[in-house]
Amino acid sequence: MKEALNPAEVAEAAVESVTTENNTPGQRYQLSFERPTDNALLVRLAGRWRLEEKLPPVTEVQAQLESGAAVTRVQLDTTRLAAWDTGLLTFLAGLYTLCQKRGIAFDNAGLPDGVRKLIDLAFAVPPQKDTGRRGELPPVLARIGDATLKLLRGAPEMIGFIGKVTLSLGRLVRGRAQYRRSDLMLIIQDVGPQALPIVSLISFLVGLIVAYMGAVQLAQFGAQIYIADLVGIGVVREMGALMTGIIIAGRTGAAFAAQLGTMQVNEEIDAFKALGISPMDFLVLPRMLALIIMMPLLVLYADIVGVLAGMFVANTTFDISVFEYYQQTARALDLRHFAVGISKGTVYGILIAIAGCLRGMQCGRSAQAVGQATTSAVVTSIVFIVIAASLMTIMFQKLGI
Amino acid sequence: MAAVPAQQMQTEAHITVQDLTMAYGDFVIQRDLNFVVRRGDIFIIMGGSGCGKSTLLRHLIGLKAPAKGEVFYDDVNFWRAEPDEQERMKRKFGVLFQSGALWSSLTLAENVALPLGEYMDLSPTRIREVVSLKLALVGLAGFEEFYPSEISGGMQKRAGLARAMALDPDILFFDEPSAGLDPISSRRLDDLILELRDSLGATVVVVTHELASIFAIGNNSVFLDPESKTMIATGDPKDLVESENPTVRTFLTRGES
Ligand SMILES: Nc1ncnc2c1ncn2[C@@H]1O[C@H](COP(=O)(O)OP(=O)(O)OP(=O)(O)O)[C@@H](O)[C@H]1O
Ligand SMILES: [Mg+2]
Repeated sequence: MKEALNPAEVAEAAVESVTTENNTPGQRYQLSFERPTDNALLVRLAGRWRLEEKLPPVTEVQAQLESGAAVTRVQLDTTRLAAWDTGLLTFLAGLYTLCQKRGIAFDNAGLPDGVRKLIDLAFAVPPQKDTGRRGELPPVLARIGDATLKLLRGAPEMIGFIGKVTLSLGRLVRGRAQYRRSDLMLIIQDVGPQALPIVSLISFLVGLIVAYMGAVQLAQFGAQIYIADLVGIGVVREMGALMTGIIIAGRTGAAFAAQLGTMQVNEEIDAFKALGISPMDFLVLPRMLALIIMMPLLVLYADIVGVLAGMFVANTTFDISVFEYYQQTARALDLRHFAVGISKGTVYGILIAIAGCLRGMQCGRSAQAVGQATTSAVVTSIVFIVIAASLMTIMFQKLGI
Repeated sequence: MAAVPAQQMQTEAHITVQDLTMAYGDFVIQRDLNFVVRRGDIFIIMGGSGCGKSTLLRHLIGLKAPAKGEVFYDDVNFWRAEPDEQERMKRKFGVLFQSGALWSSLTLAENVALPLGEYMDLSPTRIREVVSLKLALVGLAGFEEFYPSEISGGMQKRAGLARAMALDPDILFFDEPSAGLDPISSRRLDDLILELRDSLGATVVVVTHELASIFAIGNNSVFLDPESKTMIATGDPKDLVESENPTVRTFLTRGES
């Protein structure tokens, strides 16, 4: 706003008095300057100095300091000040800082008592310097670099976590792990029985879809009876475990991350460490055990529901009797297939527990960090599950199981 | 507003509490509370731990409806007012919670700036200036870009105070502002509270146990007793030292007289 004025004019005007006014009706403040002596500047504040008026920036005073003879002293006159609040204080704080920076004396004698005391309080504690913080974002390249380094640091952290979990399992085997049975039981209940409705629904629908799609194709050759083989092998070996894994990742993995993350925010995990209780044993181990125990059972349950869904489709749409379907399924399936599906499910369970607990323990100290930990736990679990599923499918094929 | 001397303002009632009963479900915390906070008072809520001081604040600031009784601001019955009216009244409150309650995913500067940005029409530069001033007033200049988890407990308390003062509220509610502060910071806080009252004309309601603070700043108070579940004294704490009630006297003299 000052660029409009020619510096020579400002200097000239300063000799008499320069006044900036805000003349919106009902909202008015006055800022005027005088030079009582050559090297003193008198700042006169009058009218209403409140936040809601559009108050002038300190640069207006700065312009005055820069024009005319060098100023060594700033004085204030507030005799005609009508009302004030934080607006005036911010202006004066800015002026005070400006004076300090330029080595100009700030004479606060002209201020009302309350204002003087508040300004004193504001500058009683010198600002903290060298905090290494700046408001603005670092440049793009630096941010890319930081993100990459963070990604690279992720891998050792994960391996370290797996190591710690293994040690903790070792302590469990030797009966020296510190955890509470009742916690384990509660987690088991939450992970297993409470998940039955959603597992039932999803596995029934998936079984239904596999059966229906397969049957339409097989019917072209009059081979509808092989729906039983298709559903049996597909669900038991692959789909049952995969679907259960994904459901549990979204349900339980997310819950683990949110629980541990919130505990991290409240320093509850630090409280365990301070007591000499390993959070690995006390918090991670029961969660891991609960999933190792419950996943096989959930997968078995999902397999059975899936096969029943196939039977339902075959019976209602393709007139295959329940007994025939049962016979055909029994011929197609043997224990081997169940073992494959259940072992896959158990691996998924372990991966979900690792991802959920790891992300929870890594959580930062804010509400937002808990959200990120939860999201990241689900994404990590699903990525792990899909990779493990592919590897194990190939492995079992090669081994001929 | 700065021109009105504190003494003059202290005659009119600002907050009036009538027959207030506080309860969580069937669990009655305090009953039959009656007291008046005058405009420009620094009003102290005293009492042993767990007697219901924080709960009383929650009734005053509109977070929890009382089981029974009324709270008046000037002449308006807060809990009978329309929701719009309640929101308008709440905007004039500044609250410091016992746990600080800073928003954990915002920096200190953003914490203080949020109410300013929501309720006032200010430019970003002006907001930054106001934020710096408020943080400087509580001795936190230079910590603008820190997150709440990165500062100490006492600093979190002070940052909460800066946020409570953001909108130059009419009434400030502080729940144990000096808990966790060293004697010097605690003293500076007392000075700040006095200045907020004297210069900006705010009414201040403070929950505190610090005897030094109680006598230095308080000019009115209420004493809640956990045993009888009601208030057993109200008035200037300096007069309550002479109270005939032994509980109050013991509290205010730390049992030393
Ligand atoms: N959400 C709640 N549900 C049930 N009871 C509660 C709840 N919050 C507090 N209480 C009970 O209310 C009583 C008063 O609690 P309040 O937090 O108001 O105490 P206080 O006086 O502020 O104590 P302190 O000085 O320790 O902060 C306590 O007995 C507490 O058990
Ligand atoms: Mg409390």
